[in-house]
Amino acid sequence: MSAENGVSRRAALVKLGVLLNGIVGVFLAVPIVRYLLSPVTREKKFGYDSWLVLGTLEQFPAGQTRLATYRNPLVNDWDGETGNIACWVRRVDDQTFQVFAINCAHLGCPVRWFPQSSLFMCPCHGGAYYQDGSRASGPPERGLFQYRHKIADGKLLIKAGEMPTPGQPVANKTGGKRTCA
Amino acid sequence: MRLIQKLGNWFDLRLQLGTPIRETARHPVPRETASWFYVFGSAALTCFMLQFVTGILLALIYVPSAGEAWNSLQTLNHGVSLGWFIRALHGWGSNFMVAIVLIHMVQVFLFGAYKFPRELTWIVGVFLLLVTLGMAFTGQVLRFDQDAYWGLGIGASIASRVPVIGPWAVNLMLGGPIIAGATLSRFFALHVFVIPGLLIAFVGVHLLMVLKLGINEWPMPGRIVRRATYLQDYHELTKKEGVPFVPNAVWKDIFFSGFILLAIAVCAVHFGPFGPGGQPDPTIIQTAPRPDFFFLWLYALLSFLPPAAETPILLIGPAIGIVILLALPFVAGEGEKSWKRRPIAVLTILLVAVSLGTLTHLAEHTPWSPVMDAWSSQPIPPQYLQGRTTLERHGALVFQAKQCHNCHSLDEKGGQRGPALDSVALRLTEDQLIRQVIQGGGNMPAYGKNLSPAETTALVAFLETLHPANQKPARNASEAATLSTSEVSPR
Repeated sequence: MSAENGVSRRAALVKLGVLLNGIVGVFLAVPIVRYLLSPVTREKKFGYDSWLVLGTLEQFPAGQTRLATYRNPLVNDWDGETGNIACWVRRVDDQTFQVFAINCAHLGCPVRWFPQSSLFMCPCHGGAYYQDGSRASGPPERGLFQYRHKIADGKLLIKAGEMPTPGQPVANKTGGKRTCA
Repeated sequence: MRLIQKLGNWFDLRLQLGTPIRETARHPVPRETASWFYVFGSAALTCFMLQFVTGILLALIYVPSAGEAWNSLQTLNHGVSLGWFIRALHGWGSNFMVAIVLIHMVQVFLFGAYKFPRELTWIVGVFLLLVTLGMAFTGQVLRFDQDAYWGLGIGASIASRVPVIGPWAVNLMLGGPIIAGATLSRFFALHVFVIPGLLIAFVGVHLLMVLKLGINEWPMPGRIVRRATYLQDYHELTKKEGVPFVPNAVWKDIFFSGFILLAIAVCAVHFGPFGPGGQPDPTIIQTAPRPDFFFLWLYALLSFLPPAAETPILLIGPAIGIVILLALPFVAGEGEKSWKRRPIAVLTILLVAVSLGTLTHLAEHTPWSPVMDAWSSQPIPPQYLQGRTTLERHGALVFQAKQCHNCHSLDEKGGQRGPALDSVALRLTEDQLIRQVIQGGGNMPAYGKNLSPAETTALVAFLETLHPANQKPARNASEAATLSTSEVSPR
């Protein structure tokens, strides 16, 4: 066995070792990446959204818009108060409801309802919406996000569980339309 | 003494660090760089070390759990001896660190230090700026209060606008469907492990390059940087008129770092810790979330961008800014270093400083936000009510009750979202006022559905009285002609 051979054999062993580590690395990388992506892949299969009871119909008088809160369906023990979510319920008439997300359609700040002027106003960048959730003024590009809702056994239910954002509105994709007065 | 020397020798034989440390300390630097202008880099490092130590101290008490974080901050403030002081040091240290990093960057830019052969030092410096801002943002989240909660909401809303992967980006950022425990945990991991790790690595490389390449010489107008000759010129400069870094230059660094630490401590004692504000309970909606000082300019920008341009500017703007910073040493790697011969560089700094300053100032006053309680807390000035008819006074009542005051000021009180109405009657005729109230427009909501005809009449009658006593209200020109022919005197 020549010295040259020995060197090349050891060099080959180094390459083999690197290859072995590469293969092990890939085997390790797959579960690591899957773990990191679990909020968007595995967990989501169970569904972030589900039907939740907001309250009895009597809690929402016709012609009024009231704040309602619910506990997010997917929570951990240590989520504390952050698992409680607020929304605005507008009862138009006996059987007609609108349930708006609390989050402004601009950047998600909590909008407040002003019954006197029948407007939702956002404290962050001055977005305003009409009582039906459609955009009135300010930076939002669209109306308030709306939850899908239904009435069962004298109770108001909404489909919720995921924070609505401009790129991903909640169940109702239509939201409020932009009115041109 | 002999014992100490023997002990030193014992360690040095094994560590072999004495010689490199001595060489580093005594390496020659150009004489003029022993200047008060060259102290900001070391001051930034000092701030980082303070943050490192105070951060560990805070981690002894802080609980990174959505349900407990706020309470643990309260305990730090009130329950642990001098916990408030450590929080204040960490908070003020953060502000000072961002400020000093920015000043350091401006100084380096104006002194042309990014030019050959220090391009990579500048690029790593840009990364250091980004991770410093990353520390500031994630740190703001760990102060888990209302501002942190809704700030995360703003972050998620921006992330959601990324084309195609937006919704996934939101879930990835929040660690789940909503802002909750998983969100705080991952921002804790970022703030305490990931970003500090990057920061330490970048600082190491940055410092190594400063030592290997030598500190940037004091720029002289007319001394041009050329790739072919620079290294030799610099070598001769340090050889000819170099002074040892220790002690000739370092004493100013030490003094300035000490001064900065003192300033942070004084601010911490005098102003105390930052927050926490209200509890991070998303069902408490009586809140006006605001970011920390160094992100206020962005907060202001977000309210001024036209809706259609917002998403592209939000997503592409930062990328363009970073690319410009990274490309700078490649575009201008040679040539004049002195700011005295680089007017565009000076103007750029001034423009950026004025823009950021203006936006920050605006964000501290938020003129774009309605004053939510103006309708019930700011009365209409008496001079606008005296000697008015019943109808006009009723209009003033409508003005308050329908919350016009939240967006429109009278006598400089009330909102600034819409124009001040002190002399609105000069600008709009009665018909135009009616149309504006009913139909809205120009960023004003329409009140047609929300006002009865009687209320509209009263409100417009009140608005018609809002003009200086010596100036007549605007009126329709054709109407004015009719009036003058029939010789009816205007009111």
